[in-house]
Amino acid sequence: MRGCDRLLSSRSWTLVLILALCASVLSASLAFAIDPLPFKDHTEELRFQALTKQLRCLVCQNESLADSNAPLAADLRRDVFEQMQAGKSDAEIKEWLTARYSDFVLYDPPLHGGTLLLWFGPMIVVLAGAAAIFVIVRRRSRAIAAPNARPAGDAEDDW
Amino acid sequence: MNARLLPLAGFVLVLALLGFGIWWSQYHDPREVPSPLIDKPAPTFALPVFDDPPKTFGTKELAGEPYLLNVFASWCFACRDEHPILMREGKRLGVKLVGFNYKDEPADAKRWLAQFGNPYDIIVADVSGDVAIDFGVTGAPETFLVDAHGVIRYKYISPITPEVIATELLPRIAKLKEASR
Repeated sequence: MRGCDRLLSSRSWTLVLILALCASVLSASLAFAIDPLPFKDHTEELRFQALTKQLRCLVCQNESLADSNAPLAADLRRDVFEQMQAGKSDAEIKEWLTARYSDFVLYDPPLHGGTLLLWFGPMIVVLAGAAAIFVIVRRRSRAIAAPNARPAGDAEDDW
Repeated sequence: MNARLLPLAGFVLVLALLGFGIWWSQYHDPREVPSPLIDKPAPTFALPVFDDPPKTFGTKELAGEPYLLNVFASWCFACRDEHPILMREGKRLGVKLVGFNYKDEPADAKRWLAQFGNPYDIIVADVSGDVAIDFGVTGAPETFLVDAHGVIRYKYISPITPEVIATELLPRIAKLKEASR
């Protein structure tokens, strides 16, 4: 009995309490994240998961609709689910959402006038870099091929 | 051009880009969701009247007059900053002020209004938040200015300040009144 008393000393009780608290908090957040929806089959569930992963939660904007615990995200998940049940396609559901929340709700920005720089900006930067390298390399190889023609003072620049 | 100055030019370019980013973010909140509903008809709704739930009130009753729809909730901290301003300035706006109680417990909202006062001409309750989704609401407070034809003319996200009323709301309301005259 003495051993048992020692086992459940006040310090261990605190530990047990903390663990229980952690477990309850954890399970509570899990319960929130997976608001169970009555899917017809596994394919429908996979489609729902794939679709909500492409949609942004408008409250916690770094989270997708699939991951977010925000009440608005739960409401929107329910709406997406109901529209899937009504036979709407993914494109139609996205259209329904962008009519209310603009392209902001999509993680994949559509290509239009305002997003041209976003889509092609990186490519332009890479092409500009490639052009600069090409010009520099060609200038240097010419300078090496014709060392006598090298103008004085140019040596300084070769760093 | 002296090739030695090239890295410096690149550095200045990057610096200018970063400076522009800082300047830009002073005036633009990157988290703010732009509303595609501006200059589009407000979604039709008929919601329970807050202090008389069997009755409904909505776009049908509001047709023909401009109004300001203010999304609020007792759980919304920022609404507490906004509330005294609505209490003080609400009657001077010159349009009907419609309170939109968003995803709230009626008892909590009642207590909140009893404590801080009721600046609204009428309050509708959207407990499920479905109508709010049609309006593209992402949280509270948000404010919509709707004209006499039921078209959303302006949306303001975050608490209204006296400056917002003076510089954004009143000029727009005056213009709406002029147009309907």
